[in-house]
Amino acid sequence: MFDVNKLRADFPILSREVRGVPLVYLDSGATSQKPTQVLDAERHFYETSNAAVHRGAHALAEEATDAYEAARQTIASFVGAKIEEIVFTKNATEGINLVAYAFSNATDKARQGIEVDRRFVVGPGDSIVVTEMEHHANLIPWQELCAKTGATLKWFGLTEEGRLDIQPGVIDSTTKFVSVVHQSNLLGTINPVKEIMDMAHAVGALGMVDLCQSVPHMPVNVHELGADFASWSGHKMLGPTGIGILWGKSDLLNAMPPFLSGGSMIEMVHMDHSTYAPAPQRFEAGVPMAAQAIGLARACDYLSELGMDNVFLHEQELTAYALEELAKIPGVRVIGPTDMRDRGSAVSFVVDGIHPHDVGHLMDAKGVAVRVGHHCCWPTCRRFDVPATTRITTYIYNDKSDIDQAVAGIKSAQEFFGSGIAVSA
Amino acid sequence: MSEDLYQEIILDHYKNPRGKKVEIDSLAQSYQVNPTCGDEVTVEVGQNPDGTLLVSYDGQGCSISQASASVMSELINGKTPAEAAPIQKAFMELMKSKGQLEPDEEVLEDAIAFAGVSKYPARIKCALISWMALADAQIKAQLTAATTQRNG
Repeated sequence: MFDVNKLRADFPILSREVRGVPLVYLDSGATSQKPTQVLDAERHFYETSNAAVHRGAHALAEEATDAYEAARQTIASFVGAKIEEIVFTKNATEGINLVAYAFSNATDKARQGIEVDRRFVVGPGDSIVVTEMEHHANLIPWQELCAKTGATLKWFGLTEEGRLDIQPGVIDSTTKFVSVVHQSNLLGTINPVKEIMDMAHAVGALGMVDLCQSVPHMPVNVHELGADFASWSGHKMLGPTGIGILWGKSDLLNAMPPFLSGGSMIEMVHMDHSTYAPAPQRFEAGVPMAAQAIGLARACDYLSELGMDNVFLHEQELTAYALEELAKIPGVRVIGPTDMRDRGSAVSFVVDGIHPHDVGHLMDAKGVAVRVGHHCCWPTCRRFDVPATTRITTYIYNDKSDIDQAVAGIKSAQEFFGSGIAVSA
Repeated sequence: MSEDLYQEIILDHYKNPRGKKVEIDSLAQSYQVNPTCGDEVTVEVGQNPDGTLLVSYDGQGCSISQASASVMSELINGKTPAEAAPIQKAFMELMKSKGQLEPDEEVLEDAIAFAGVSKYPARIKCALISWMALADAQIKAQLTAATTQRNG
């Protein structure tokens, strides 16, 4: 196991004060902090090898391209993928949209009689399946796809405990695509994605998983998930903002129409038509984010040095402690699983009589940074009949003292508002 | 430091809201939502026979949004649109002040308690949401200072 105190020295931001008190950062589910090693890797690239990648033949262009592609290899290896299966996007949201647009673009082209891969054509009578715990990023692109094509959106509901209620008949012969979150960013639930992907494949549908909250926190091998596509972001796993990953099976990526088009995604260009490069270049139009890719690769190395098994164990221990401590505070209710079975490190809760915004504000006054709101999971909040929640998310640089600070912050909010105050309706 | 934000007046209005869910003969209503946190408010406006405004609201949200709605209804109810306009304007200006404006208690009364909110960018929308709903409902009901002057 790694030494939290030692590695905290790699994160200069963690030693700063906010509101006049030391920062306690418990919002890594929104974005993680960045170690010096990642920042140095980006700076080193800009200082020594910066050039536009995949164009030009001068020495710097070659070095930059090599560094960019080496980063792709590192990131691929980190999740057990092949290099040609890794597409760089600006974030996870773009990765999901890229796949959703493959469907709508293929459907549009098919309507005009252009030959496309039929697996990406959807229309009235077809269905797309998601779940009630999806982040808006894995819900709205599919709502839009349905609105454009006439397909129907269906979803798995949730149990009271905050787990997927996997009922037969949701995925059926009409299903063309299934997209499911691996670990819920609001509830912390880890879903049986392999089982769901197998259900999708059994009816001939394709499937995708949203890995934003799993790749940073646990060992993930994309091939073992049983999915066809996966998307996650760099900034939640110690990497820079502005980079996300779409993983896809090569035969599918190469069968998809492009999403963003323009420079460097082409094979041959004429005035009236063009042909496209194979994946991943097909989906990387324009000068890509080389420094961010290099920073993200360094983040992968940083995590690999710690060992993802250790990262997972560390956070499991912290999460168990957080659940235990929250359970001791009267008036605090966790939204999501309260035991550690198939559960990750996002812990959402509500405090009786105090709105989450007020809870978060009073925690912030003690230097404790937590997320408040619906966490881009408005339907999930509605399912549990709460307007919003307060959420603690941990990472490698947190320890039990941070949880203690959070607990003290919650108690101070209760004291401030008067515990259990009755607010007239 | 939390005292900046959570003035006693605010906590009092939060715990004992005034004018909430009062039944009025409404001419228009406006539903507003804060998409970042899910706070919701609906403001209804009507008019008394003497031309003064009737205001009612309902909603759910944080202490700042709920207290602000309560203070707003207390301040605006029974005022003519022409009397209400400078209060609404002063509140908007206060919220944009980043804590740099000394609020005029003569005009804003209890609403001066929200001066501290303007220092917290993430909370300004909470304080403004009901006032935005009021302004929108007034436009729909043609009960703004401008429309009533023209009509009257």
